[in-house]
Amino acid sequence: MAPLTGYRRPYPGTQPNHLHPTYRSSLKRAPAQPLVYLPHTLSEITGPVFGPEPADLKATDLTKQGHGDPLGKRIIVSGRVLDENGRPLRGALVEIWQANSAGRYLHRNDQHNAPLDPNFIGEGHALTDDQGRYRFVTIRPGEYPWGNHYNAWRPAHIHFSVFGPAFVTRLVTQMYFPGDALLPYDPIFNCTADEKARNRLISVFDWETTVPSHALGYKFDIVLAGRDATPMEI
Amino acid sequence: MSLQATTSHTVGPFFSIGLTRLAHAEIAGPGVAGERIVIEGRVLDGDGKPVPDALIELWQANSHGKYAHPEDSQEKPIEPGFKGYGRQPSDDAGKFRFTTIKPGPVPGPDGKPQAPHISVSVFARGLQRRLVTRIYFPDEAANASDFALGRVDPARRGTLIAKKAGGQPGQLEWNVILQGAGETVFFDIGL
Ligand SMILES: [Fe+2]
Repeated sequence: MAPLTGYRRPYPGTQPNHLHPTYRSSLKRAPAQPLVYLPHTLSEITGPVFGPEPADLKATDLTKQGHGDPLGKRIIVSGRVLDENGRPLRGALVEIWQANSAGRYLHRNDQHNAPLDPNFIGEGHALTDDQGRYRFVTIRPGEYPWGNHYNAWRPAHIHFSVFGPAFVTRLVTQMYFPGDALLPYDPIFNCTADEKARNRLISVFDWETTVPSHALGYKFDIVLAGRDATPMEI
Repeated sequence: MSLQATTSHTVGPFFSIGLTRLAHAEIAGPGVAGERIVIEGRVLDGDGKPVPDALIELWQANSHGKYAHPEDSQEKPIEPGFKGYGRQPSDDAGKFRFTTIKPGPVPGPDGKPQAPHISVSVFARGLQRRLVTRIYFPDEAANASDFALGRVDPARRGTLIAKKAGGQPGQLEWNVILQGAGETVFFDIGL
């Protein structure tokens, strides 16, 4: 086989550790032993390939999944999936899920005393196009309380799951909204040491993708690990 | 241009809304060549309690040791319809189950074959980054010379090797112990 190149490791401080005492759920779930460093092999630089799928408009328009309009502010969330070299990643699978405008998830374990919306499910998925772009129409999710500590509230967020070209580039994250007053208090958002890395999870209001008389646009680019310049240590 | 990879976050407790669509326990359908196996296990936390809200993803080669991916240029047969990807949430008892075929050996460092293995991602509430591990197979001579197992403290290698379970051939048990006694070995592959 031709020589293979691995993927770059994260920049120090830009990714959270597994254990974060301020995030209570990590206390009994984070490994206590150090991780074992593994050079990349064919097993890590390959990964599941998705698509092409038939275009499914309902999958990218979360406001069209019920019989009527969901309540809340309609928004457009779009962006690109890129690698660390700035190259757009085509065919990346982006899956999203979120609470409704009242901050309630359509999930049996969500006990928050806020109304469900019969016209909102909160699931979307898309494959990026040739320029690495994705675009969802949805409603702005509500903030919601959680049991981490007294008077704990999650800032408004949309959950993202992304498959890039390889097992190593798998990413799950959350997108936030600019100016959210809850961000400084949120242990999940603040788990990451590097402030700039943290703030890149905050989407940017975007005039260009805002549709007049219809929906505000927010831009959120997702960056996956880039390719090493030199062949793997194998 | 030099960007930095986006920061990872937990899947949280409600991921099933978005991640159920692609969930499937059967990685290899009936027509796919190879030794049929069933992998069952549980996800346990540091108190030994079941984790009812974990998500397990598997990635594996086919029985010839070839991945369904454009960068695998080995001259080995592909299995039509075999993608090598599985996804399952744990249930209320922390259990998960996959049916698949045993993967063949794939090349590792210096082109030497690695012992057959399945790559695993574990996501859960509480885990701001996924945990990455591997499933190896019992009674596999190649385990002794596998480069990844060789990097692991011998006392902990057993956590990566599935155990024969039940009386049925191909029935395997492999657990994910997130923390504490018998803690599963997790690998650092970047994110
Ligand atoms: Fe959430």
